[in-house]
Amino acid sequence: MLRYTVRRLLQLVLVLFVLSLLLFIWLRSLPGGPVTALLGERATPEKREELNAVLGLDQPIIVQYFKFLGRVVQGNFGQSTGVSPGTSAVDVFITRFGATVELTVGAMIFGLALGIPLGYMAAKRRGGVLDNGYIVLSLIGIAVPVFFLAFLLKYVFAVKWGLLPPSGRQTPGIEATRVTGLFIVDGLITREWDASWDSVRHLILPWIALGTIPFAVIFRITRASVLEVQGEDFVRTAEAKGLTSKTIRNRHVLRNAMLPVITVTGLLTGLLLTGAVLTEKVFGYPGIGEALYLGFTKKDYPVIQVIILAAAAAFVIINTLVDLTYALVDPRIRAR
Amino acid sequence: MVTTFSRARKQRIDALVNSGDEGSSLLQDAWARLKGSPLFWFGAVIVGLFVVLAIIGPWIAPHDPGAQLLIDQTSRARNSIAPAQNGFPLGGDTQGRDLLSRMIVGARQTLLVGIFATLIGLVGGLILGILAGAFGGWIDTLVMRIVDVMLSIPSLLLAISIGVLFTNPNLTSVIIAVSIPQIPVFARLLRGQMLAQRESDHVLAARALGVKRGPIVFRHMVPNSISPVIVQATLVVATSILDAAALSFLGLGSQDVSQPEWGQMLGEAQGSIDSHPQLAFWPAGAIIVVVLGFTLLGEALREAIDPKNRR
Repeated sequence: MLRYTVRRLLQLVLVLFVLSLLLFIWLRSLPGGPVTALLGERATPEKREELNAVLGLDQPIIVQYFKFLGRVVQGNFGQSTGVSPGTSAVDVFITRFGATVELTVGAMIFGLALGIPLGYMAAKRRGGVLDNGYIVLSLIGIAVPVFFLAFLLKYVFAVKWGLLPPSGRQTPGIEATRVTGLFIVDGLITREWDASWDSVRHLILPWIALGTIPFAVIFRITRASVLEVQGEDFVRTAEAKGLTSKTIRNRHVLRNAMLPVITVTGLLTGLLLTGAVLTEKVFGYPGIGEALYLGFTKKDYPVIQVIILAAAAAFVIINTLVDLTYALVDPRIRAR
Repeated sequence: MVTTFSRARKQRIDALVNSGDEGSSLLQDAWARLKGSPLFWFGAVIVGLFVVLAIIGPWIAPHDPGAQLLIDQTSRARNSIAPAQNGFPLGGDTQGRDLLSRMIVGARQTLLVGIFATLIGLVGGLILGILAGAFGGWIDTLVMRIVDVMLSIPSLLLAISIGVLFTNPNLTSVIIAVSIPQIPVFARLLRGQMLAQRESDHVLAARALGVKRGPIVFRHMVPNSISPVIVQATLVVATSILDAAALSFLGLGSQDVSQPEWGQMLGEAQGSIDSHPQLAFWPAGAIIVVVLGFTLLGEALREAIDPKNRR
């Protein structure tokens, strides 16, 4: 177990190293570049060269990369040049990270809370009207572009009916104490209920829009997995023993059916990050997805580097955790 | 002598094959199951209509999709969009062009994005997957590490990363950006299938008979590994259309306005979505239906080729 964990962590370092090199070369081959983005198309050549020298962009790319690597191991990714000039790219990431965590975790909970029970019910009534209805629902969840659904929700509930705020993370002017960077949690800790509730109201529509992705996937996996487990011999044995259907469901069917669901939950992290870029843009939500989008439009290399490396690291770490969770859920794997 | 012997043997084998009850091949079996699946027919009809529309679209469109026919009425008030009227059942778009014609003609580009993005991803994935699955050893390790790095970036982020490399994005650049994230998916799927094949009895038998590596890989391993890859390809057509629409939404889509494409139309419509949502609803609805069609088709195929469903 320990050996396995260490090996996965070493792999992570390797992946991040290769990725940082590729990312570095790729960013420098982008058309435009930060100097044009900062000074505009019609800046004088002298000014361009001066800024190039200040940013260190006049040196050979290999020298640039090793200087970059040397700074990165000290936790310094450089200054943001476009998203919020003057602050360090890591700070930009940290302030926005909490926002995206609140968005994606909420969307994942939405997907799990809806997908697992519906998937179970659909499997129980296989071929029935309910089953087919849920399948169509989940397929539509796959087929509708996230950003279009986000627009639709925003248009109906925020613009037309005015029930919920159309954009942002918290109403400006609301007084809230910052503790963890997670606005909802902050409000609960400091007992500023109104601040918490205000954040929740801003998040309801993004949660639903983004949550359809995990919902559709988790529903389908749960349904398929429950169908498979239901046919196993041990379920028939449990039935023959005369166990109550509740015990069979909780101890025999659901517990065994959850393994594939856990795998998929890990793999969904990538999809959620992608979806977050689109959802955050529609709702003007200040998370890392929006920062990434702004980073691209303003050629903010340091910010893009931090975010993509962090996203890749999160993806690998979460999938490692998923593999470790197997052992917790399934004692057979632990024994090996 | 040799020929007569082998002919006699062939006749005996044929007699044996024909004597007992006829077994059904996996393909016949899968087709039998497909025929009875309503999901399959639903998906197949949608995809069939879509392909027909993509082929004949330019001939049945009532107006030139690029001509600004409704511009005179729209120029009076800025940002106004021509409503539905005689000869223009869906009205005009932001540039005063006929929305219905653009929808009809747009089917072709949308299909091209889906098909070509899938083909590029499929070919790239097949090459990597066959390399890894056929040779094993350090080639396998190297290829799979590349695949892991590619998979560690979420697909749309990778597509965005490639999309921003092009100064003037057009349909080709969109196709390339959308297809590259699919390569590792196909590679991983094919390699997994081929690894299972490599240990199987029929490959061992072929090896024992002295068949060379090339024929073993291409006649025995690849044909037996390909069905899940084909199913995946059907689903990737749907993903590609969605990803292309997402790129358009982020402003990285095709800038070539002479060739309408549904994703691009959806991207253009976002500026006026609060005042004229119908501009977004038509292309979005079309995308949803087509993606649903390909997804249903893929799901039905997946169920049909699953040997667990054989009776």
